[in-house]
Amino acid sequence: MFRSALLASVIVAGVGVASPVFAQSTVYIPAILELSGAGAVSGTNFRDGMLLAIDEINAKGGILGRKIDTPLLDTQSDAGISRAQVQKVLDNKPFVILGPVFSGSVLVDMLLTQQAEIPEIVGGEAAAITQKGNPYVFRTSFGQQFSMPKIANYMRDGVKAKTVGVLWVNNDFGKGGRDTFVKEMNARDIKVVADISTESGQADFSADVVKLKAANADAVFVYLNEEESARFLREAKKQGLNKPLIGETTLLGQKVIDLAGEAANGVRGHVGLTVDAPIPAVQEFAANFKKRFGYACDHNGIKGYTAVYFIKHVTEKIGKFDSKAFAEAAHGITISPKDQPGILMEATWDKNGDIDRISFLGEVVEGKQKIVETLPKLNK
Amino acid sequence: MASFIQLLVSGLATGAIYALIAVGFTLLWQTSQTINFAQGEFVMLPAFFVLAAMNAGAPFWLACLIGIALSIVILGVLFKLIIVDPMLKYGVLPLVISTIALSLFLKESAKDFYSSQAQPFPTLVPATDIHIFDAVISTQSLAVLAVAILTVVALNILLTKTRLGRQMQATAQNPTLARILGIPVQRMVLYTFLLNAVLVAIASILVSPIYLAKFTNGETLGMAAFIAAIIGGFNQVRGAILGGLILGVLDNLSAAYISSQYRGAFPLIILIAVILLRPQGLLGRVEERTV
Repeated sequence: MFRSALLASVIVAGVGVASPVFAQSTVYIPAILELSGAGAVSGTNFRDGMLLAIDEINAKGGILGRKIDTPLLDTQSDAGISRAQVQKVLDNKPFVILGPVFSGSVLVDMLLTQQAEIPEIVGGEAAAITQKGNPYVFRTSFGQQFSMPKIANYMRDGVKAKTVGVLWVNNDFGKGGRDTFVKEMNARDIKVVADISTESGQADFSADVVKLKAANADAVFVYLNEEESARFLREAKKQGLNKPLIGETTLLGQKVIDLAGEAANGVRGHVGLTVDAPIPAVQEFAANFKKRFGYACDHNGIKGYTAVYFIKHVTEKIGKFDSKAFAEAAHGITISPKDQPGILMEATWDKNGDIDRISFLGEVVEGKQKIVETLPKLNK
Repeated sequence: MASFIQLLVSGLATGAIYALIAVGFTLLWQTSQTINFAQGEFVMLPAFFVLAAMNAGAPFWLACLIGIALSIVILGVLFKLIIVDPMLKYGVLPLVISTIALSLFLKESAKDFYSSQAQPFPTLVPATDIHIFDAVISTQSLAVLAVAILTVVALNILLTKTRLGRQMQATAQNPTLARILGIPVQRMVLYTFLLNAVLVAIASILVSPIYLAKFTNGETLGMAAFIAAIIGGFNQVRGAILGGLILGVLDNLSAAYISSQYRGAFPLIILIAVILLRPQGLLGRVEERTV
């Protein structure tokens, strides 16, 4: 049923491009996402969160009276294909572009959207994305320069670690996180005694766990994608690695917990976005998501959902479909759930397009993520 | 020393799975000149058959049997009848391209019909440890190793100690002569496809608790098995076994003692060295073909 509806919407979208009447009644906001390949989990979560928001908004009349028209284009989790898809949609003069999620693809695409002066709302978390002075790129999740200081503070004050081991995935996401984390550790006089890179999609972590055990650090910071996190946790339990395992959203998410089973218990860390957040609006969104799509949403689903409401709010504020004016208005904006319930939590976008909002410290207890502390905005 | 033993056992367990898949590669090549580039996806798919059977209420052991049976029908019989038989008469290259297309089809189908998300997969034995010389050895690794060894031994007995196995070997070595001797060559070729299906199904059940069941698993596994088969010798079952074990152990030891960043490069370095110095593979034999 959902597949048919999706197909129908894509066909309608395609016809719409050629139809002036349809074009006037819609606003063209294409989504370029990882719908197949290694990033399909992230991309489909982002897509489904986005579709939920689009349907809610369209059911209430759309944005400034125009329905959102969002064709879906697959990057196949490949940066080159992602760039080609962006080039393709730019020919149709989009108002805003949604996605992609993979930082490597974002870093390639954002040059094109900058040249075309089209805002791009991305799911990538690599610090470098918003450090290139591109005024057209915006995130709906923390960049690493926002999340890593929070984790570093927790390492120093909560775990009281003097030495740490770092296990990271060798892609743009992992490398960016590792670099920022190590910088924050140095700033706090915490010594990095093991610095281990792993491959994206890696299945066997036995050698990495052996190295971490040999390093005998006070704590281990794990910065891998979700499935690799689960595989690592299983191996760590298998080999009896008994140091505190600290991570980010990709270590504490429910999907990781489901995959790792008992091995996830005791894992702690900073969670930027989670459906377990003690906020009624987030929990209501999570329930609606699960009801419609039949699976539990991860943080990428929240990114997709809030991205659409971010577009709606900024557009209604400027009162017109002007991409350049959108980018100007979006910098420095603060959106509160009182004004825009779909934004779920109050959020501020800075001059670089980075988002700042509250976040959480979590711990996995008996197979469930438990939020133990709510952290304020970084720049509050 | 303890770390070395842990890495060795873990590497052998992974390598044994690669070996099973690589053996399937070599069997298909020997009997029908089929280079199956969908072999990785053949390993990915049975895990989803098992999960589907479990979702329907079957206990794990029964779900495994159902998974193997479905693999025999779909990845054995149907693969041969629908893809290999019609394409093989046009030569090896069209068949290779067909199997590449098949791999994409299977991968995306698994994603569409099941999910793009990885699924947890039950382990053969509960997660407990055995301590040997201070090394913590997982019973899961030992179980994987044991099942893989038993499978290879059973395959070896079938191929060398039974009439059926000798007929299959004769078909692989010289199909024309085998036909003259009254061996039903087409049936023997079909049996090889069935054997391959059983091997990939077993490999799938062994590897999925480690890799988790996911539609992209075939990419890594297929490549690893292909490299293993070339290193060991594409035309020898024992070569494929050796290649698989070398690859599994090398991957672990190089990541721990040389560089985890370049772990992916070491198997390829070995592959290049083998191609340059011993192109027939470590245990392979030189083949002469009329062109």
